[in-house]
Amino acid sequence: METNSESIQYKSEVKDLSFYYDTFNALKNVNMVLHDKKITALIGPSGCGKSTFLRCFNRMHDLYPGNRYDGEIMLYPDDVNILAENVDPIEVRMRISMVFQKPNPFPKSIYENVAYGLRVRGVKQRAILDERIETALRNAALWDEVKDRLHELAFNLSGGQQQRLCIARALATDPEILLFDEPTSALDPIATASIEELIADLKSKVTILIVTHNMQQAARVSDYTAYMYLGELIEFDVTDTIFIKPKNKQTEDYITGRFG
Amino acid sequence: MAVKSHNKAKHPGKLGYSFRRHLHERFIELLLFMSALLSVAIMLAIIAMLVKESYVFFQHVSLWEFLTDTQWTPLFDNAHYGIMPLVAGTLVSSMVALLVALPLGTIIAIYLSEFAPFTVREIAKPFLELLGGVPTVVYGYFALLFVTPLLQIIFPELPGFSLLSAGLVMGIMIIPYVSSMAEDAMRAVPMHLREGSYAMGATRFQTATRVVMPAAFSGIAAAYILGISRAIGETMVVAIAAGMQPNLTWNPMEPAATITAYIVQVSLGDLPHGSIGYQTIFAAGLTLLLMTLVFNIFGHLLRKRYREIY
Amino acid sequence: MKDINNLTEIRKIIGRHKRWDLMFMIAGIIALMIAVLTFIALFAQMLIDGMPRLTWLFFTSFPSRHPEMAGILSAWVGTTLVMLVTAASAVPLGIASGVYLEEYAPKNIFTEIIEINVTNLAGVPSIIYGLLALGLFVYQLGFGQSILAAGLALALLILPVVIVATREAIRSIPVAIREGAYALGATKWQTVSDHLLPYSAAGILTGVIIGLARAIGETAPIITIGALTFIAFLPPAPVTEEFPYVSFEWLSAPFTVMPIQMFNWVSRPEEAFQLNAAAAGLVLVVMTLAMNGLAIYLRYRMRKNIKW
Repeated sequence: METNSESIQYKSEVKDLSFYYDTFNALKNVNMVLHDKKITALIGPSGCGKSTFLRCFNRMHDLYPGNRYDGEIMLYPDDVNILAENVDPIEVRMRISMVFQKPNPFPKSIYENVAYGLRVRGVKQRAILDERIETALRNAALWDEVKDRLHELAFNLSGGQQQRLCIARALATDPEILLFDEPTSALDPIATASIEELIADLKSKVTILIVTHNMQQAARVSDYTAYMYLGELIEFDVTDTIFIKPKNKQTEDYITGRFG
Repeated sequence: MAVKSHNKAKHPGKLGYSFRRHLHERFIELLLFMSALLSVAIMLAIIAMLVKESYVFFQHVSLWEFLTDTQWTPLFDNAHYGIMPLVAGTLVSSMVALLVALPLGTIIAIYLSEFAPFTVREIAKPFLELLGGVPTVVYGYFALLFVTPLLQIIFPELPGFSLLSAGLVMGIMIIPYVSSMAEDAMRAVPMHLREGSYAMGATRFQTATRVVMPAAFSGIAAAYILGISRAIGETMVVAIAAGMQPNLTWNPMEPAATITAYIVQVSLGDLPHGSIGYQTIFAAGLTLLLMTLVFNIFGHLLRKRYREIY
Repeated sequence: MKDINNLTEIRKIIGRHKRWDLMFMIAGIIALMIAVLTFIALFAQMLIDGMPRLTWLFFTSFPSRHPEMAGILSAWVGTTLVMLVTAASAVPLGIASGVYLEEYAPKNIFTEIIEINVTNLAGVPSIIYGLLALGLFVYQLGFGQSILAAGLALALLILPVVIVATREAIRSIPVAIREGAYALGATKWQTVSDHLLPYSAAGILTGVIIGLARAIGETAPIITIGALTFIAFLPPAPVTEEFPYVSFEWLSAPFTVMPIQMFNWVSRPEEAFQLNAAAAGLVLVVMTLAMNGLAIYLRYRMRKNIKW
């Protein structure tokens, strides 16, 4: 396969991205890259725009009126700006999946939850569905717990299981990038540990961008870390560098807890 | 010592308990409780009244005759007491009404909840509410003098009174009840469920039909049940536009009396209290109440089985 | 295995699904238009037929055998008096029940029965209330076919509306307000009467107006209690010239109301009477629309002004 050197390294590149809720400027000239098959963490105090930034990647902001993007998010190897007017947000979302802060399984069976993304694409053949669902559930480390009750309602699962189900749901369609929006903030420590382990395992299959309010979590799971503050990207580097010898004073204050 | 006397002056007596204050509070609570109890009393009174008069009625007329006779002519010399014609009229007019109200009400609810821009919703909702506030007698007038002549252009054989025209207008009348309640149920579905669906690349229609509607199922069912109750119990539209002749038919193109229309017809006349004619309207009323009750219990069970689960 | 991420495949599927979106949008707009157009047709029909009859004389004349001389004097006076009785009985009782259920009621099976019952009452067909009023008020309590019997019948009918509105209005007041009052040593009733009721007044008022608008248009229960339709006189005046200057004789007077008058005219075969029906209907619709509109406006203002 013919690829340029850039696409081997980068899955995505953010160029001069600004974002507005009506007149409020929530993101200011953000520039960064997502390395292919790596985990990138976004950290920063609440309200710094990290979730807003994450939601640009699958155009969730298009759902609400009055939102406006400026700048580009390039997706490789397509070399396409996913924020462009002529790019359908639905197409973007089919290739870039998202896992939310609070587990949000649909009021359907476990099986149908994972099948949803496939059904949305018109996949109807039972054999394909069965196979993909099993793979997705295995990849989400949930298969053994639910294989005997696939047709039970997803709400009967525990919080941690529900979140892993949501990850399986996102994985079932082979996304290229997986977005996590504080995926463990609604979970207990044990469930959190299992989700973190899962995220680390997924790295070999998919590029991951994760927003976290928990610095230790970023340090544990990510390869790269970005520190954001008031809508600006303050520092972006290899995780170890950010946590051990940050170049920026602000980042250092935040990391060491002297912030504010 | 000085400090203590100072405190005493400010707070005569120790902390304790005022019997008067307590009594006053209890009395008010009792009054409020009695008011709340009134609603139960009303329900019991309704049932007692209907059962009491119907009991006398069923001493004259056997339940078997009531249920199986195909004629309802209690005011004739040769009286027949079969409720079937009235039940048939009620069911046919309700069916026509629901065929209009449930699909249109659901479509409007989905459209307003999931598709419509903010301004459209802000205008349409109060407008629908106003539509629901128009008195039913006015809808009856509209059915008789506007819709029936209009339908007669399409179906020249349609008589001046028909279940079809009454049912259609009744259906339009019920739309606001169904749509507003169903829409409330759908809007109560948390945004994060919708986002979950959109994040998978679903379109609005897919999100609405595959995620929002199943999640709001219980509320939508309640809206349908309300619509059914309205249709069965609606009086003025059918009394004005469907005719008052009991007629055992399943054809909406014919005129026929419903249970409610019969009660109106009898009430318009001058029947002596305690006569068998007087009792027939209570027996008819009891039938009507049982019919609405059956649907309500059915709805309740349905909702219990699929309660909101987000 | 089929490649589910094949771009051209996906595009085809998205295109198909988007057509569904568009079709549904159109269906939604058509459904809304059906409702809107029906209302416009209804209003226009009445306006065309009824407008010429709407003269001053129409409001100041009694019904008559001659359609061009007939008016709605006894009907609108009757409606006003019946509404007085309805409001005077349903509003205090409804608010009291609402306050009890929201603030006082313990969580037990008995309270649950009351709550389920209120919901069920709202679903009982209005004509059944008419039958209750006929048996209970007209005959058992001996009120006769009077304004009092009619007013009470309609009060029963709108009681659930007032109760639900009261509960919702009180429920929307944050706990902090209650705690603030209790912390200052207020009793429960003082908290309710000094804080909760005043702060929820607008919400309760909205519910009361909607309830009364419904009661004004109700025809079936009033027909059932046997209200006469040809009333060419007014009930005795509530104010007299002699001591004690007020009289409640009007409560037991026979009467007619607007919707009954309209129904009476609609069922006449002569077209001239149907024009009267249109005119009466127009008055009725304008009245109920105005009341409902007021309620909607009040609610809108409330949402805008109050930020707890």
